[in-house]
Amino acid sequence: MVDNTGGAVRLDGDRSVTARRLSWLLAFLLFASVIAGLATGAAGTSLWQAMADLVNGRSLALRDRVVLWEIRAPRVLMGCLVGAALAVSGAALQGLFRNPLADPGIVGVSAGASLGAVSAIVLGGALAFNAGFAAWLVPISAFIGAWVTTILLYRIATRRGRTSVATMLLAGIALTAMAMSLTGILVYMADDAQLRDFTFWSMGSLAGSNWSKMAVAAPIIVFPLLLTPLLATGLNGLSLGEAAAGHIGIRVQQLKAGAVLIVAASTGAAVAVSGGIGFVGIVVPHLLRLVSGPDHRYLIVNSALLGATLLVSADLISRVIIAPSELPIGIITAVIGAPFFLWILLRQRGVVDL
Amino acid sequence: MLIANQVSVRLGRRTILLDLSFNALAGQVTAVVGPSGAGKSTLLAALTGDIEYAGTVTLCQRDLAQASVAELAEMRAVLPQATPISFPFTVLEVVRMGRLRRASDDRAASEALSQVGLRGFEGRYYQELSGGEQQRVQLARVLVQVWEPVGPVGPRWLFLDEPVSSLDIGHQLQVMRIIQNFAGAGGGVMMVMHDLNLTAMCADSVILMADGALVHQGTPQETLRDQLLSTAYGCRIAVNRAPNTGVFLLPQVATVLD
Repeated sequence: MVDNTGGAVRLDGDRSVTARRLSWLLAFLLFASVIAGLATGAAGTSLWQAMADLVNGRSLALRDRVVLWEIRAPRVLMGCLVGAALAVSGAALQGLFRNPLADPGIVGVSAGASLGAVSAIVLGGALAFNAGFAAWLVPISAFIGAWVTTILLYRIATRRGRTSVATMLLAGIALTAMAMSLTGILVYMADDAQLRDFTFWSMGSLAGSNWSKMAVAAPIIVFPLLLTPLLATGLNGLSLGEAAAGHIGIRVQQLKAGAVLIVAASTGAAVAVSGGIGFVGIVVPHLLRLVSGPDHRYLIVNSALLGATLLVSADLISRVIIAPSELPIGIITAVIGAPFFLWILLRQRGVVDL
Repeated sequence: MLIANQVSVRLGRRTILLDLSFNALAGQVTAVVGPSGAGKSTLLAALTGDIEYAGTVTLCQRDLAQASVAELAEMRAVLPQATPISFPFTVLEVVRMGRLRRASDDRAASEALSQVGLRGFEGRYYQELSGGEQQRVQLARVLVQVWEPVGPVGPRWLFLDEPVSSLDIGHQLQVMRIIQNFAGAGGGVMMVMHDLNLTAMCADSVILMADGALVHQGTPQETLRDQLLSTAYGCRIAVNRAPNTGVFLLPQVATVLD
């Protein structure tokens, strides 16, 4: 069927318009979830009251200013960044491995990042010369941990340009176990203060977000997010296989190196600031592929938007569901994400058996 | 012109190809035949720059080892034996990948799909097609990449690895006609073939390989001879002889319905 509207011929099977409309819808949803995140909280401070005060030139009560500006705003913003980073790194990792089951949490990349982060917490004292450097140490070593794991995983699971899904998932299990056991050894070595740092960090929460954490994490997350769309055309071609991607003019080695670095940087930074938040990377790109197809030019942007929306919403639920106490956000994403992963697995048995 | 000079390929200690030298002309269909394990696909992989080789290969006076992937993509397209994709792309989205770096015009894509007999398949999911249909979608993608058989720097080339092996006879004839038309319009075609009858029908030049070496190159009449084929394939082969009993069927006397 050829749709001949507005002079431009559009063919059946072209989902670019759907994908672009979806971007607008997701941007609106993100905006709504950010507003909801700012407006809701245990303290009962009203965003609307505060805005009305601002508009009318009245000064805010100190308590309201702290709640809105020092607690809720950095937390919501951090949720956006971490959600976008996790979803985009999932989409990029899936593109790199050419299958929809690759998720940083499942194939061991997050565990590698955790090992990096814990190494920094436990061993970092000896390395950190000043407080400014110490703040950077955790995300950077998380990035290095994620990077090494991704490269190892790729070396193990991909031979002559073909990825075995079974090998990838099993290698992910082994790498996760290895990283977790090394993490365990480090925790065993840790002193009481380090143990306290580690425990807070590993709960997988956005609760500790503040502007200084943001200043460290934001560049490591935002920079790769901005670079990812450059990989989109290459990742589309890569879905034909490595050799065929080269034949249509894609520089496959550069593409793979770029994708690995971007995955490692976004996963590393996200894990460093928020601990273990799983399944965002697999749920978000998969849902988007169902709606508007796997074209990475739209998939990556839309993943960032939906990932951010999802995490801000999950964080909101974690704050209100047992208020004034909080449920770790990692539990909420796992409760939704794990059955979802099984559902994909059942639908795509053929892919796994490849 | 495609010129291979003393091309050898070693994998580990094993020699897969030994000192192959031949020319293939643009405007002609060149077919490589030979028994399984003769090194046909390895030769194609060397000619498309997928694997390391000793010796030199030049395409349109350009040394392949020196050319960038973008330059090569401009000069030639490659059809693999099979292309599994694990993301739910539509047929149109797959065919469009043939022209990653060119203007977004779908006329070539829809025209190529009609040529391979898949008009109306644009919106279907690639994963849900049969093996033969997927292969024809890939052929359409490859055709879109080298849409004009002669480009600004010379003839464009098609490298095809068993383009008809998963197809039924009707589609085999259809694909062979596409390939011949491409060569007829000035493009070059280099293809690995399994079916000797179809090769005899549509190739202008046939390269016979056995054990990683070139046995003979010539027109189908010159290469497809009893003696050469019997030695290469390790069985007694008689060309142009009809059996006394039983049914036989030759693609030479079949025609495409339009």
